Amino acid sequence: MKSELSIKLYKALYLVRASEQAIIAHYLEDDMKTPMHMSMGGEAISVGVCHALGKDAQVFSSYRSHAVYLARTGEADTFFAELYGKRTGNAKGKAGSMHLSAPSAGFFGASAIVASTLPLAVGAAFANIYKKKKTIAATFFGDGAVDEGVFWESLNMSAALGIPALFVYEDNGLAVHNPKERRHGYRSLDAIVSKFECTVIEEKSTDVEKIYAATQKAMRLLQKNKRPVFLSTQYYRYLEHVGINTDFDVGYRGRKEFDVWEKHDPVKLQRARLIRQGLSESKILGIEKDIEQAIAGAVRKAQRAPFPANAELYQDVFYG
Amino acid sequence: MFSMDKKNIQSKMLSYRDAICEATVQEMKRDKNVFVYGIDIADHKGIFGTTAGLAEKFGAKRSFSTPLCEEALVGFGLGSALAGLRPINVHMRIDFLLLAMNQLSNMVSSWHYGSGGQMKVPMVIRAVIGRGWGQSYQHNKSMQSVFAHIPGLKVVMPTTPEDAKGLLITAIRDDNPVLIIEHRWLYDAIDKVPARQEPMPFGKAHVLRRGKDITVVATSWMNVEALRAAEVLARRGVEIEIVDPRTLVPLDEKTIVRSVQKTKRCIVADYDWGFCGFGAEIAARVSEKCFGVLRAPVGRIHFADTPCPCTRPLEMVFYPGAETIIREVERQLKLTPTDLTKENFYSYERKFKGPF
Repeated sequence: MKSELSIKLYKALYLVRASEQAIIAHYLEDDMKTPMHMSMGGEAISVGVCHALGKDAQVFSSYRSHAVYLARTGEADTFFAELYGKRTGNAKGKAGSMHLSAPSAGFFGASAIVASTLPLAVGAAFANIYKKKKTIAATFFGDGAVDEGVFWESLNMSAALGIPALFVYEDNGLAVHNPKERRHGYRSLDAIVSKFECTVIEEKSTDVEKIYAATQKAMRLLQKNKRPVFLSTQYYRYLEHVGINTDFDVGYRGRKEFDVWEKHDPVKLQRARLIRQGLSESKILGIEKDIEQAIAGAVRKAQRAPFPANAELYQDVFYG
Repeated sequence: MFSMDKKNIQSKMLSYRDAICEATVQEMKRDKNVFVYGIDIADHKGIFGTTAGLAEKFGAKRSFSTPLCEEALVGFGLGSALAGLRPINVHMRIDFLLLAMNQLSNMVSSWHYGSGGQMKVPMVIRAVIGRGWGQSYQHNKSMQSVFAHIPGLKVVMPTTPEDAKGLLITAIRDDNPVLIIEHRWLYDAIDKVPARQEPMPFGKAHVLRRGKDITVVATSWMNVEALRAAEVLARRGVEIEIVDPRTLVPLDEKTIVRSVQKTKRCIVADYDWGFCGFGAEIAARVSEKCFGVLRAPVGRIHFADTPCPCTRPLEMVFYPGAETIIREVERQLKLTPTDLTKENFYSYERKFKGPF
């Protein structure tokens, strides 16, 4: 059983990593006309949390949401169709990379305005207790989000009213290019959040199974304590803030940091675990090849798919 | 006056505030997913009485006061709506709702569109316009044109108690985000309201008064001023037609155009600033659709384009009223000015109490 889960998580990690590699391979063709905020380096958090939460959860995200989308849906067809702006995308090409959603897979949307989905998760969590459902509402957000007023508003509101929302803090130490040491007027965010009526769980590993286990713990505590949980995680953003390139040479960080983190690369860690569990190299290569083929197919289908008709512009401004 | 529009159904005299409260109670009874929340909505004052008694009737789960965090509150409503509830978020002054402009303009208004039509946002936001007794520049705004400018938001400004009730019911049942802007002076207005109110369709203007000489398109409180102006002008045989759009989005352009085609003259009396305002929008549409029949350029009446001052004499200059409308009508019809020295116009101390 354990190794089945390990394989499932590896597949999910690999789907994200290889999808983003496909973006890198094709982006300069200039057919995916949408600003890419790449998840690379942070895959373990999205995959670990989304898989632990299960199918019924309601998940919100920041604009850095490729990993969340792929972890929720488990497929790349609608993902690439959306990035290519095609009719076959989940939002018919109207959302692009920054506003991905897949409501049928429990991904309730992403926002490019930093921190703006946090109160949505609190609202959804409220709706769940209102309807006496055990469904969990969660939101992912980065280190820039905690500078925003609405982060503190959402945290305070959920703590004050006893609303069990899951806050998944993905700390990559940066907001665009500005390190947190220059932005935070305090030393430890975790310490401050723990002063709220809120449970803090720290899991700073890039090991997807540790994130998975931490999320399961969070789920138990959400149900038990009827108050929010702040899951504090950490990763290293491999690429530039927006775009497909590395930017270790522009001055705000160095390659040495990357080298340290890369030793704990989430995809590599999980691959090594599968080997330790006795899965053969060729079996793993087979898994990887299947995923790569699926992604290549998704890209091809997206390239060939039709754009939405012009009349689509005016559709869905209002419901009904 | 406009009771000619009313069907012969059982009705009672009800204040605008009680009409809102009754509509809320009716819908909360009908649909258990409707809930009301906001800053101080469950205190002893209950937002001018419009949310009074809800917590007692429906419990703290369905009617509760919140921390002061407007952006989070509107985002909270959006999240709860996506998860199947029908939130009503109340703001005691629209000036404070501006703190949630991000949620309104980037999130609430776009979520349905941005999901390719897969998610819907059945959410009501009620916001109150303040005025009088030195409310000054942060407790007086209405800003409907700013909200109506954003695709994906419906914007409603009820004038009469019946409209307040009927349009709120429709808003609650609508699967789109609806912003209802209520003028606090209207809370005291009392008029006939059907005991069992049916939903009132959006996008249907209300002709408050029939007249042949000039059309006045008025929003919110300006309808009260227009009715007072009509009374004065009628004494000298001038009959103005008053059209209350009631819902700015969706807009009933047809009724406005039909009226102007009949009267051949138009004034827009908008309860807001003028520049880039709703009045400009109506003036443009009327000019476009009635170009050949208009006998004068469309007149615009609105706040002074300044922040609202506190001191009473300047506040009197800031706000337009019945007198402004009378003077504009006289100007368009080339009439000598009416002697208004003996007229008693509405003020903070002399609020309109109804009936309409």
